[in-house]
Amino acid sequence: MKVRILVRLKPGVLDPQGRAVHHSLDGLGFEGVEDVRIGRMIEMDVAEGTTDETLTKMCEQLLANMVIEDFAIERLDDAKEPA
Amino acid sequence: MGFKAGVITFPGSNCDRDMAVALEAVSGEPAIRIWHGDADLPDGLDFIALPGGFSYGDYLRSGAMAARSPVLRAVVSAANRGVPVLGVCNGFQVLTESGLLPGALMRNAGQTFVCRTVDLEVVNTTSIYTSGFEQGQNLRIPVAHHDGNYFADEATLDALEGDGRVAFRYTDDVNGSRRNIAGVLSANGRVLGMMPHPERAIEPASHPSLGGEDGRALFENVINSLVAA
Repeated sequence: MKVRILVRLKPGVLDPQGRAVHHSLDGLGFEGVEDVRIGRMIEMDVAEGTTDETLTKMCEQLLANMVIEDFAIERLDDAKEPA
Repeated sequence: MGFKAGVITFPGSNCDRDMAVALEAVSGEPAIRIWHGDADLPDGLDFIALPGGFSYGDYLRSGAMAARSPVLRAVVSAANRGVPVLGVCNGFQVLTESGLLPGALMRNAGQTFVCRTVDLEVVNTTSIYTSGFEQGQNLRIPVAHHDGNYFADEATLDALEGDGRVAFRYTDDVNGSRRNIAGVLSANGRVLGMMPHPERAIEPASHPSLGGEDGRALFENVINSLVAA
């Protein structure tokens, strides 16, 4: 079963990397970019039946740093219904 | 007396030897070198140091993998028994990732790697690391990091300041750290994480911009406190 974890900085946490990229987009002449925030995507192949609870623990204990980051879990096999 | 210090080496640590040299220079006793895969620490350690470097290539986040390595479980359990733990640079990142210290170290606000000697203000003077310093004393100690931007929420920052757990502050903005925090203590004052490298300032050098002994003073504080105790 394929799972995709999106890890991103919490709202309010300054993202210097996103700001630099925003600046570069401006420099390339792209107009109308209001904000850029950069996160991380982790794709995993896990055993069928792996519960949301287990995936959440993986995120909380390692994949995200809960001080500064939020995470979202997406099951790719039933993508219509993201967990 | 006897001062048994351990220095932990992770794959990618690069200040572990400097740390061991500094500890031996000040204590007169060789530090024990400990490999990250060891699940147990040597018996009777008086002091544990987590050195600078790029453990596990900074994979995932700086310090994240090291904080989940077998030896860190032993370090956390030692710290919970009151064994002093000093984390410098990547060691500080490991301490926040492991939960021994609050907050997180983010990418420097200026996006660049900062490598220079900085001025620090001593804020706490009661811990084993800082007891020989005077409040407001200026220290010159080198930094070399990309992820030294200390972050914690406002309530945590207020609590740290209120409880005297900010050990050192940068005297100017080095990396975007909240409230210019350069070093943080645990609630019991026995765990210190700091981005500047005291082990790189243990002896004078021929050029005035290099060397210095302000870092040596920190190690002397530790040894004086622990050996007197």
